[in-house]
Amino acid sequence: MKGPKRSKKYHRPGVIEKDVKKENLEEMDFELTDEQRDIKKAAREFAEGMFPEVAEECDLNETFPRALWKKACDLGFVGVFIDGAYGGSGLGLLENILIMEEFSRVDAGCAGVVLTTLGSEFILLYGREEQKRKYLPGLTKGETIMGMAITEPDAGSDMASITTTARNVKDHSVINGNKMFITNGSIADFIIVLCLTNENEKVKSKRQSAILVETNRKGFEANQLKRRLGMRGSDTAELHFSEVEVPSENLVGEVEGEGFYQLMAVFNRTRVTVAVINVRVAQGGLEKAIQYAKQRKQFGSPIGSFQAIQFKLAEMASWIEAARTLCHKAAWMVDHGRIDPKLISMAKWFAGEVGVKVIDEVVQIHGGYGYLGEFGIERLYRDVKLAEIVEGTKEIEKLIIARELLGRG
Amino acid sequence: MEKMGEEIKHRKVLQSGETSNRILTQAREGEGFCQIMQLFNINRVIAASQGIGVAQGALDKAIQYVKERKQSGQPLGAFQAVQFRIAEMANRVEAACNRCYQAAWMFDHGKADPKLISIAKYLGGKVGVKVANEALQLHGGYEYIADYDIERFYRDAKIVEIYEGTKEIEKIPSPGSY
Repeated sequence: MKGPKRSKKYHRPGVIEKDVKKENLEEMDFELTDEQRDIKKAAREFAEGMFPEVAEECDLNETFPRALWKKACDLGFVGVFIDGAYGGSGLGLLENILIMEEFSRVDAGCAGVVLTTLGSEFILLYGREEQKRKYLPGLTKGETIMGMAITEPDAGSDMASITTTARNVKDHSVINGNKMFITNGSIADFIIVLCLTNENEKVKSKRQSAILVETNRKGFEANQLKRRLGMRGSDTAELHFSEVEVPSENLVGEVEGEGFYQLMAVFNRTRVTVAVINVRVAQGGLEKAIQYAKQRKQFGSPIGSFQAIQFKLAEMASWIEAARTLCHKAAWMVDHGRIDPKLISMAKWFAGEVGVKVIDEVVQIHGGYGYLGEFGIERLYRDVKLAEIVEGTKEIEKLIIARELLGRG
Repeated sequence: MEKMGEEIKHRKVLQSGETSNRILTQAREGEGFCQIMQLFNINRVIAASQGIGVAQGALDKAIQYVKERKQSGQPLGAFQAVQFRIAEMANRVEAACNRCYQAAWMFDHGKADPKLISIAKYLGGKVGVKVANEALQLHGGYEYIADYDIERFYRDAKIVEIYEGTKEIEKIPSPGSY
């Protein structure tokens, strides 16, 4: 999947494969570049070395692993897609999801350290130069954390119906309203908030604007949501805005009313990142199930010798491979400027469902041991469900696919 | 020991060893396996009913929620995609429930059928997990936090596919049963 596409011809009779002349074809190359391979390897080593000691504690105490996040920033794993001029590595979405994959393979909650840049896509894509210089560098240095606040208590899938308002008073915007299920909500230094600004606009999706709010502003309040089913190492909060004043220059973009469209572009990126969480949690689970199936003996033989278990493992590996390829393709296309929301939605719902399905089988293969916390399997069972809900439920993803298939009418 | 669900039940791992007063529940030693098979005929039906109960409870909550929750100006229950899911969930619960009743009725009438009991147990577990998952999905983010009961239902449902014989064991044919 590297830059200029060079590929071997599928098959030529009588020619040993390595002798086939490479031709310059407009085809997808499924090989990662050496650089991408190095990133993957470094991410795997970091996750395997650092996550196990904190993963369980973060899950039980519902705490964000701050020291781990700092370390990940120091090593350059956070915000790799941010331009070099603003403190990032200037890499793509594909490199970002390679890191996310390797992190999630060890623990999805800890992998949340990569999500501390959530919403930075707004600034990268639509922010003004001074906003980029002011807000982006801290994210990769481990100095600041951000989030994006879209969902409200009564507006989830129906995003155009949000009611949080921002009204202009002189050179300020004054924000009032509530936001729900906001990732990094109680640990963020600043948050992009989707607000209603053009209430009288006829087209529903032209009424909103994205506004940057520093969390130390007066009238801002965040409460961490406790006892979530899974992904407990990653912070989630409900937010209250009561007459929160921010300077007008905190608007993302040149004019008001573009927030919804900006958000769709942001989702094209964040959805792929969320999708790979489940691909790799599934992969991590599969590896555990394979190991267990080889060791665990029943009826005098390892359970892996039974066809019923073998077929389960074969199906799981196939689902994972299909989901991963879909995600990689979606990311690769974004990086090459060929954004396809249909493909992205396919990757998101499919990877979400594959994660849930595979981990269900992983628990099943482990039997009673899978149900116990100390084996780390039950945490996977709780963690994977989230990807079917966040960044657009899988139902919304299907709605997007269906619209593309049938036309908008 | 942290367990995924069923937090109310606390169990201890039994230590194997000599007991001072051995009590035999039968006339002869060596009959334990046959006895436990008979016991499974009862416990598996009970486990099946647990899966069905969780499914029914989750379904009831999902129905209530989709009537109340509005998106795009309508209750979720007004969307066909949601209606069909509710219908499928109800079908599954109904089918599993009837299998379970049948297995229990036959047992009570001296016609215990291990095949039917295994089918009931398999279905009960599967329907519990499936319906709890669907109910969770219909609640979106709200069900992911514990203020709502379905997060617990989701965790509790899985055990029925594991204990009293995993759902895989229920599928292994016993001699002469098919």
